[in-house]
Amino acid sequence: MKDRQQSSNNSIELLTFQLGDQEYSLDIMSVREIRGWARTTPLPHAPNFMKGVINLRGTVLPVMDLSQRLGLEARAHTNRNVIIVVKYEDVMTGLLVDAVSDIIALSDDDLQPPPDLSGSPSPNVVRALTLVGDRMIRVLDLAAIVTPSQIIAA
Amino acid sequence: MSNTPDPMAEIRASFFIECEELLEALQDGLMQLDGGDGDAETINVVFRAVHSIKGGAGAFGLERLVRFAHGLETVLDEVRAGRMHPDSEALKTFFVAADHLSDLVRVSRDDTPLPENQTADLLTQLNRLLGEDAASIDPLDEVEEDIDFQPMGLSLDLDLGLPDIGIDIAPPQPARYTVQFRPAPELFETGNEPFLLLRTLDQMGDCHVACHLDGLPDLGDLNPETPYLGWTIDMTTEADDNEIASVFEFVDGLCSLTITRVDGDAVVLSAPDTAESGDAGNPALPILDPAPFPPLVQDPAAAPTPTDPPQRPDDGPAVDRSPPTGASAVNAPAKPASAAANSVVRVDLDRIERLVNLVGELVINQAMLSQSLETSGLSPHSDAMNGLEEFQRLTRDIQDSVMMIRAQPVKSLFQRMSRIVRESSAAVGKDVRLHTEGDATEVDKTVIERLADPLTHMIRNAVDHGLEPTEMRVAAGKPEQGRVRLTAAHKSGRVVIEVSDDGGGINRSRVLQIATEKGLVAPDASLSDADIDNLLFLPGFSTASVVSDLSGRGVGMDVVRTAIQALGGRISITSVPGEGTTFSISLPLTLAVLDGMVVQVADETLVLPLNVVVETLTLRHGDVEQVHPRLNVVRVREDFVPLFDLGEELGYRAGVKDYEGAVVLLITQDNGANAALVIDKIQDQRQVVIKGLDDSFYRAPGIAAATILGDGQIALILDPSDIIANATGPGGLSVPASINQETPPQITGLSL
Repeated sequence: MKDRQQSSNNSIELLTFQLGDQEYSLDIMSVREIRGWARTTPLPHAPNFMKGVINLRGTVLPVMDLSQRLGLEARAHTNRNVIIVVKYEDVMTGLLVDAVSDIIALSDDDLQPPPDLSGSPSPNVVRALTLVGDRMIRVLDLAAIVTPSQIIAA
Repeated sequence: MSNTPDPMAEIRASFFIECEELLEALQDGLMQLDGGDGDAETINVVFRAVHSIKGGAGAFGLERLVRFAHGLETVLDEVRAGRMHPDSEALKTFFVAADHLSDLVRVSRDDTPLPENQTADLLTQLNRLLGEDAASIDPLDEVEEDIDFQPMGLSLDLDLGLPDIGIDIAPPQPARYTVQFRPAPELFETGNEPFLLLRTLDQMGDCHVACHLDGLPDLGDLNPETPYLGWTIDMTTEADDNEIASVFEFVDGLCSLTITRVDGDAVVLSAPDTAESGDAGNPALPILDPAPFPPLVQDPAAAPTPTDPPQRPDDGPAVDRSPPTGASAVNAPAKPASAAANSVVRVDLDRIERLVNLVGELVINQAMLSQSLETSGLSPHSDAMNGLEEFQRLTRDIQDSVMMIRAQPVKSLFQRMSRIVRESSAAVGKDVRLHTEGDATEVDKTVIERLADPLTHMIRNAVDHGLEPTEMRVAAGKPEQGRVRLTAAHKSGRVVIEVSDDGGGINRSRVLQIATEKGLVAPDASLSDADIDNLLFLPGFSTASVVSDLSGRGVGMDVVRTAIQALGGRISITSVPGEGTTFSISLPLTLAVLDGMVVQVADETLVLPLNVVVETLTLRHGDVEQVHPRLNVVRVREDFVPLFDLGEELGYRAGVKDYEGAVVLLITQDNGANAALVIDKIQDQRQVVIKGLDDSFYRAPGIAAATILGDGQIALILDPSDIIANATGPGGLSVPASINQETPPQITGLSL
């Protein structure tokens, strides 16, 4: 598998992380940094997945709970939770996840399109699926997560 | 002339900045003339402004700008010479022409096209002003020959581009020069060596050097570190006097030097005592002569020794670099003008922004420091605490000073508005005069920029809707000419800008009728006059029954209000039937810091703008009365004030059941009404740095911005009026119940 990665021109690197017992990933190019859990300042009347804002070296960073954003069950937060700071179209957002696992490199060929979810009420935020060993990893579509137009669907 | 594009672009940019100032002066002057308090100097200023713009434009080959400026200048010259006395019609044309001139400047700067015919029309109008007896403008001929006139009042740089000034380098002819050179005592002290200079000269051409021994003392008295000799060099060279002078660049001020062209005038006179003043007079001497220095200067032998004083700038010695072609007079007269204005520094806004941000960080850091010192249990009288106090004061001073850098007079804004009045009054056929007051009032630059659009809208409204048509004015016994007043003033730490007209006032029955028709108000609602006036701010409201050219494009006062609120400001309206309407905007002086009251609600720290807090109360038993299940009021002296539980309104906790002992902030709302907010605890009163909330994803109602506290935590800055407007709890009916408040969707892309 390693050989294939290097020979492929369209290889991408993914940051994988845990949400509950599921494994998700994001294109590492969109990840700015990973921070430990910090207490957020809640925003009034915010949607439930908006955890609030934190101080990221002098700028105000909105943080959303990725589990809740994806419609998974909310869990109590522990100190092991981390915030992945992502940047999409110049807007920085923090994504709260359970734990960061790994960085994997794949070629585009390894990605499979997700099954058609049009019947599902949840927003289609999974861009692709991939198998690493026997683990299935969901590749998230960052745009769908941090773009406001998707909130209404959420 | 072999200018690299870069310096040219820079000079060009500075020309356009200068144009802005000149246009401002032009507007000013015209206003004064219009107001009748102009004198001979005023018209001179106006004339000079146009003339300078023309001059600069000529230098950059902006032909259309030159042509128009020339036309305007010709007419102004008639006025200046006293041959023409402008009546109000003529002044109007001048104003329009000035507007057009500024348009032309703008399109020249941005290289965007502008319909030519307007220029021609205005030129024709200007021509008409000249009448038959005066010389008419011939826009083409005269300009051509006039293009290389001498620009006045502009900085020297602009001469650069004048095409036929004669700086071009003709193939050099050998010429004879006499160079007299006598080192001053300091020359040796700085490690210079006359021999090297003489050798360099020798390499430039045929030299005959005579040494003057007259100053040489007896051997016994000779100090080996003092120069005693002088030289006269007769040289024949292809180099010009500039190049000869450049040989002496590093000893400038350390010797007496005369360079004389044998068949011409003495060109360079430099002596130790005059060199300094000569230097100061030409601080920005442009490098007019880009012709390469002769290679000899770079000759290792002639190169300055490492001990040479490094402070000699490389822009050359204090030499008038004009070529000896007789054109040297062109450069000279422009210098004093720029010397008078150099108390102003132009700074890139980015640099100021960076400074402001840094000061913001400093304030946060200082807060962190004081917090940690306080928790460390130091005595309040310890040196550290005293020093900290001093530090706080300094921080505040620095902050104020930085804010002052950003502050600008609103004058430029007001001048734009006078143009709006001219244009909009012409469009609706009303005779309107704009009176401005307090245009020296200083406001943060960002505020000024973001005020332009709402103010434009308000001015247009005043002209279009506020003022009655001329017939109605006459019928009402008012002067035909409508008045719009625009004033600015500082009031208790805020800026108050008012737009008022002397029109018919708000037609309240009509407003109410429209609001009812549009379903904004229940038909049976009983509203006070102020309530009706405030209906104008509702989204989707427009009183004009006929959509005119100017306003009524569906952009109503609600947009103005939104824009003002985004600036942390408030807008209010007062109207007297038959006498006029006044819109009053109150704005914070800066968008960067805020005097805040830090409070605690349900374990969250929040900041309220201090200026909305009227007083603080602790509730006693029986202070709170329930008006109906959704509205509690608290009695404050004679008044009943609606009570809101902040924790509940923000969704942080359930409402307090028992108000006894609760801390309450009495705040004043945008509409002037008071309200009481229940909080848990008052923590502090301090300056906080405003951090914009990125609300592209979610805009929280009632939250204006955020700040970072001393412990690094983020606290939200509240907008109390917004909270109350969106209130859902027991107090949520402070707005007239009959108005269907259409709250816009909260998820918007509006950034603060």
